[in-house]
Amino acid sequence: MSNYQLDYLDQLESEAIHIMREVAGQFERPALLFSGGKDSITLVQLALKAFRPGKFPFPLVHIDTGHNFPEALAYRDALAQRLGERLIVRNVGDTIKSKNLTEPKGKFASRNALQTFTLLDTIEEFEFDALIGGARRDEEKARAKERIFSVRDEFGGWDPKRQRPELWNIYNGKIQKGENVRAFPISNWTELDVWNYIRREHIELPSIYFAHEREVLEHEGQLVAVSPFIRLDEGDKISKKQVRYRTVGDMTCTAAVESVAFSIEDIIREITATKTSERGETRIDDRISEAAMEDRKKNGYF
Amino acid sequence: MDLLRFITAGSVDDGKSTLIGRLLYDSKSILIDQLEALEKQSRNKEDGGIDLALLTDGLRAEREQGITIDVAYKYFSTPNRKFIIADAPGHIQYTRNMVTGASNASLIIILVDARNGVVEQTRRHSIIASLLNIPHVVVAINKMDLVDYSQDVFNNIAIDYAEIARTLELKEVTYLPISALKGDNIVEKSDSLSWFEGGTLLELLENVQVAKDIDLTHARLPVQYVIRPQTEDLHDYRGYAGKIISGIYKKGESVTVLPAGTSSRIKAIEVGGKEVEEAFAPQSVILHLEDDIDVSRGDLIVRSGDHPRVEQDLDVLLCWMDSKPLTEGNKYLLQIGSRRVRSVVKEIAYKLDVNTLEKNHSADQAGLNDIVKARIRTATPLPFDSYKDLRVNGGAILIDETSNVTVGACMIQ
Repeated sequence: MSNYQLDYLDQLESEAIHIMREVAGQFERPALLFSGGKDSITLVQLALKAFRPGKFPFPLVHIDTGHNFPEALAYRDALAQRLGERLIVRNVGDTIKSKNLTEPKGKFASRNALQTFTLLDTIEEFEFDALIGGARRDEEKARAKERIFSVRDEFGGWDPKRQRPELWNIYNGKIQKGENVRAFPISNWTELDVWNYIRREHIELPSIYFAHEREVLEHEGQLVAVSPFIRLDEGDKISKKQVRYRTVGDMTCTAAVESVAFSIEDIIREITATKTSERGETRIDDRISEAAMEDRKKNGYF
Repeated sequence: MDLLRFITAGSVDDGKSTLIGRLLYDSKSILIDQLEALEKQSRNKEDGGIDLALLTDGLRAEREQGITIDVAYKYFSTPNRKFIIADAPGHIQYTRNMVTGASNASLIIILVDARNGVVEQTRRHSIIASLLNIPHVVVAINKMDLVDYSQDVFNNIAIDYAEIARTLELKEVTYLPISALKGDNIVEKSDSLSWFEGGTLLELLENVQVAKDIDLTHARLPVQYVIRPQTEDLHDYRGYAGKIISGIYKKGESVTVLPAGTSSRIKAIEVGGKEVEEAFAPQSVILHLEDDIDVSRGDLIVRSGDHPRVEQDLDVLLCWMDSKPLTEGNKYLLQIGSRRVRSVVKEIAYKLDVNTLEKNHSADQAGLNDIVKARIRTATPLPFDSYKDLRVNGGAILIDETSNVTVGACMIQ
């Protein structure tokens, strides 16, 4: 190898930094959607590399469903404080009250779909014109078709048939007033790329990503944490298991996996050996139908 | 471990989706739940068996109609290399989607049905590969199982194709006999093709030399963003942030900022927060200059003495991507890297027939999926290289200022 050759992680990193700087250069009021999950934590690391020693040209924004893991929220607050960056939190619970929305019912009633309402309100409140998100194309089939700069209408809706061609490394972020762009710097990363990057960069993660003891409910082969947000019924199989989370969403719709991984190396070993995809293993919300993600995106979801 | 981006060209009938499905399946990049979902859907189809094509059709309309509408990106890796596949559809809006998918590709797989040999579509894909200047071409002669794995069939198609490759001046062409459906010569060698002395498709993808495709001679850095913390301790900090698209930059070197033409020396280079002595493509960097000259987003920093052209009249090959036609005299925003300038399409010289390479000189309009040679005038001087010589600084897009849509892709000559 010559000295002038970049490793694949360096290439992915450079591409992501380029995309973030394009957002900063093209938009008046961008924001970075931060959830406390590993993908958005990776985005923060990339933003540090893109803009330090300057401040981020955008705030971190979290749409809090009220059903988040406390560990992820604590991590979120500590990180924003440590970096000295602005954090905006808006609560789905407040939107439900102010807009008289109906809470979903059922055993694992998830506020996932309601997040979109709060997100759109937040976009309006701060007049955000671009939102940086941590979605990856390897996650799901509809995501595999979405552009890196994805133009959304004033309802946040995605129209897969009207996407702009995206060529070379040229990003067209021109929009009408009221529209916004969702920008995905780690589109071309896979789950394993993210973990390898976290290992290489020594990025700290919330503790729930590592094996820990937790009371879980077994449901159709998935392990859901017992929390005040899910309904327990008679006959539910509840047990204490050693688990970790592969993705971090709401406590109601994210499942844990049994694990003995206490370090990033352990996690990478487990993921390399696994036979199930990230979303398939841990996302209850994707199981509803073949087009679940596509439908949510058309309605303004990330 | 490095990275290869490639595109597959061909229609559903050529077995393109089956080929991608096969690569993912045999390299164990498909996981159990994805396979189960696939089996569930395949049962809805009449022919039975797992339909590997369903792996790449991500949208509901695609699955319902059994066609691919948009470019999809797929990922897999082997211990030595990560692969990004741009899967462009075969039928609808072919040119537009293929040009999009091909713009970032270092390699193209052109699928040829062994029963039909070189057809019009093969020619079209090859012409686009040559227009987009894709460095490596793989001609995969598929469905060898349907021609009894005949060496003669394979040889004759390769001879036919060599003629196309010669006309189009394709640089590096490799021929492979495969059967995507049966898995012959994709990941595993096949007994049925024992006469074939070359390697498998995956071996080829793993070993093709892509590092040399990055130009390290001509230093080009489009400025994306100026970092100025303006805090007390960093009062004088002024860094020009961007991604080096080609070449190498060294501390102390003299550089010129275009289109202004002002010069200075590199005071410092930062990569990921660390100071370095030199940086190279495709690294994202922050550059500091000795002198306080005017540099802003859209400017191009080059090594002094090795300048691109800085002109207002551009001859381009233009792929039109909008349903509203392009007419001579129309005005658009032209974007190259991070620079946007107003521009007008002065003249359409000819329309190129992508099936025959014939030039129609009487055309004064371009419709969706047309490729034309045009002359564009920009409002201010534009620094650029010829696409043929330096792909990364010779491609530009046209944006309709009223709809904001990307309507054209330009390869500057």
